[in-house]
Amino acid sequence: MFAYIVRRAVIGVALLIVMSLVTFILFFSGAFDPARNACGKVCSPAQIEQTSKALGYDKPILTQWGSFLAGIVVGRDYPLDKKVREENPDLVTHCAAPCLGYSMVNTDTVNNVLKSAIPISVSIALVAFVFWIIGGLLFGIIAAMTKGSFLDRGIVGLSLIFYAFPTFVVGSLLLRFVAIKWQIFALPVYVPLTQSPGLWFTNLILPAVTLALFYMAAYARMSRAFIIEASTEDYVRTAKAKGVKKVPLMFKHTLRAALTPLVTMAGLDLAILLGGAIITEDVFGFHGLGLLAVTSNSRQDLPTIVGIVLLLSTFVIIANIVVDILYAYIDPRVRLD
Amino acid sequence: MSTEQSRSYLTVRDLVVHFPTSDGVVKATDGLSYEVSRGKTLGIVGESGSGKSVSSSAILGLHRGTNAQVSGEILLDGVDLLTISDEEMRRKRGKDVAMIFQDPLSAMHPYYSVGNQIAEAYRVHNNVSRRAARARAIEMLDRVGIPQPSRRVDDYPHQFSGGMRQRAMIAMSLINDPGLLIADEPTTALDVTVQAQILDLLQDLQREFNSAIIIITHDLGVVAEMADDVLVMYGGRAVEYGPTAEILVRPEMPYTWGLLSSVPDVTGDVDAKLIPIPGNPPSLLHPPSGCAFHPRCTHRDKVPGNLCFTEMPELLPVADGRNHTKRCHLANPDEVYAVEVLPAIAPDLAEEQR
Ligand SMILES: Nc1ncnc2c1ncn2[C@@H]1O[C@H](COP(=O)(O)OP(=O)(O)OP(=O)(O)O)[C@@H](O)[C@H]1O
Ligand code: SF4
Ligand SMILES: [Mg+2]
Repeated sequence: MFAYIVRRAVIGVALLIVMSLVTFILFFSGAFDPARNACGKVCSPAQIEQTSKALGYDKPILTQWGSFLAGIVVGRDYPLDKKVREENPDLVTHCAAPCLGYSMVNTDTVNNVLKSAIPISVSIALVAFVFWIIGGLLFGIIAAMTKGSFLDRGIVGLSLIFYAFPTFVVGSLLLRFVAIKWQIFALPVYVPLTQSPGLWFTNLILPAVTLALFYMAAYARMSRAFIIEASTEDYVRTAKAKGVKKVPLMFKHTLRAALTPLVTMAGLDLAILLGGAIITEDVFGFHGLGLLAVTSNSRQDLPTIVGIVLLLSTFVIIANIVVDILYAYIDPRVRLD
Repeated sequence: MSTEQSRSYLTVRDLVVHFPTSDGVVKATDGLSYEVSRGKTLGIVGESGSGKSVSSSAILGLHRGTNAQVSGEILLDGVDLLTISDEEMRRKRGKDVAMIFQDPLSAMHPYYSVGNQIAEAYRVHNNVSRRAARARAIEMLDRVGIPQPSRRVDDYPHQFSGGMRQRAMIAMSLINDPGLLIADEPTTALDVTVQAQILDLLQDLQREFNSAIIIITHDLGVVAEMADDVLVMYGGRAVEYGPTAEILVRPEMPYTWGLLSSVPDVTGDVDAKLIPIPGNPPSLLHPPSGCAFHPRCTHRDKVPGNLCFTEMPELLPVADGRNHTKRCHLANPDEVYAVEVLPAIAPDLAEEQR
């Protein structure tokens, strides 16, 4: 098991290295000059050249990539040119490992830029995840157990509606009525967990519900389908023929079998959401990774975009490993060695 | 039929199982009646799709909660299983009636250990600790011939061989000492030597527990070895029913002849030909008119007045009042069998009888 995790982690790191090369080639050898973008629209050619030198854009692309990778391991100091640093010691910015680069647009390291956005996105995603898994499974189980009934049809119908409803409409309605008109919650603003766990949670409820409704609808329908499929398995019939009661039959025998495909989906959906939920963040004005990606894109802040891409890839790779470990835990036939 | 003296433990009367579907009603079982006593074995034979599993699942109430329409009477020790509540039925499952299913790999939950699943069968019906149930599971594994049962009890089904899995299924089904055991093709998925071992084990255990057994099979060889009585099913109905010795030696229904023809080793005759029954099983949605077997029957012209095409034969006792019923219009089946069928499938035997 341990050897398996190590092997998967090594493969994951290799994948990330390849990802970084690809993004580097895509972004920094493109048609437009990264230094020009970094410097801004009113830069003189001399300033552009200075920026280029400070950020290493004058070097060949592979060299840039190499020092980027080295920076992830040991950190970097900006400006990159040693002579410039010695001449202007007060201009030096240290970017500690794992250094993801320097964003001229934000005049800060990419790490610092991401650092403020990550907790926001992660918080929304995690709280939404808990809501949607509990809700989705609950409704899926109820629908499957009452298959064909009025209740089942109601759940399936509602989930179709929520699935089809645009997130910004749900978010705006919640904001407008729950927060503004009925004032059940205060207008949500992000409060760090470390500052106040209670406020952190209550402020996250509306954005998380907004995000969760869509997924809850999807998961209710999926888990209903998986449970109904699993209930036709021979071994569920065996358990029934043994005289196992309805509830343990569902939870011990049927649900356990339906869980396997759900775990895969849940892992990947969560991983992607950890990388930001653009619309929800926008509606509630939460400056998470989703909004950051949008603004960085419109400001052509290439280093930040590369940082976000790699971060997202890391989430997905970790999620895959976690899902595989869970698989081995759920299914004894899966041998991880 | 071997039940004249002892009261039968299970009596099925006029059992009907219909499945309404969008294409029409699938008549999987119709007007089926039979009985089994404790210590006795009934073999149910028939081609794929003849309703063997569907009718037997009805005894465990496995059609409850589905759209299946079930009627008739299923008396288990005097109690009609079709009229009791779901909870009463649940309490009987695994305790008074147990079932072994065809494929022991898919019939066991892949995510739980063999011991866990066997112990669960015990704990459902007995208020005992986990520990006691586990001890009982080990005891049963030992009884069905699993080596080192106290070690193997924690294995998962995929770590068992096919034969061991079926032994474990038998352990699971007998752990509560049920009065009736239904074995639905218990050996089909196994190779021949293991098959014989499993059948021997079932017979041993039957003697020990004095249970009634229904064994479902395609294989008349299994019937010959195990069963006291035989019920031949065709298109959801019984077409021939009687004591095994009687049915195998003096079958009177052309479909049974067909089944016998496709099993050369019933008579142990090496010259015998394996003659599969030509044609396809009947549709259960739109059954053939008259005798359901008539589209495939080579003897239908011997019946006057096109009766085979127009009228379904009743299940009636054979002519000389032997303990044996059949569903066929033929007037002189014994003669046809002796002259036309036996010489083809068992030349030696036909010779002897001349
Ligand atoms: N839920 C259902 N809905 C509709 N038709 C069904 C249903 N269950 C079974 N049937 C049909 O009933 C018929 C009898 O099935 P059954 O499983 O009893 O056959 P069998 O004699 O056990 O065959 P085999 O030897 O292949 O196991 C089949 O044609 C099957 O398609
Ligand atoms: S009733 Fe007619 S068709 Fe049916 S089995 Fe007998 S002879 Fe054949
Ligand atoms: Mg069957």
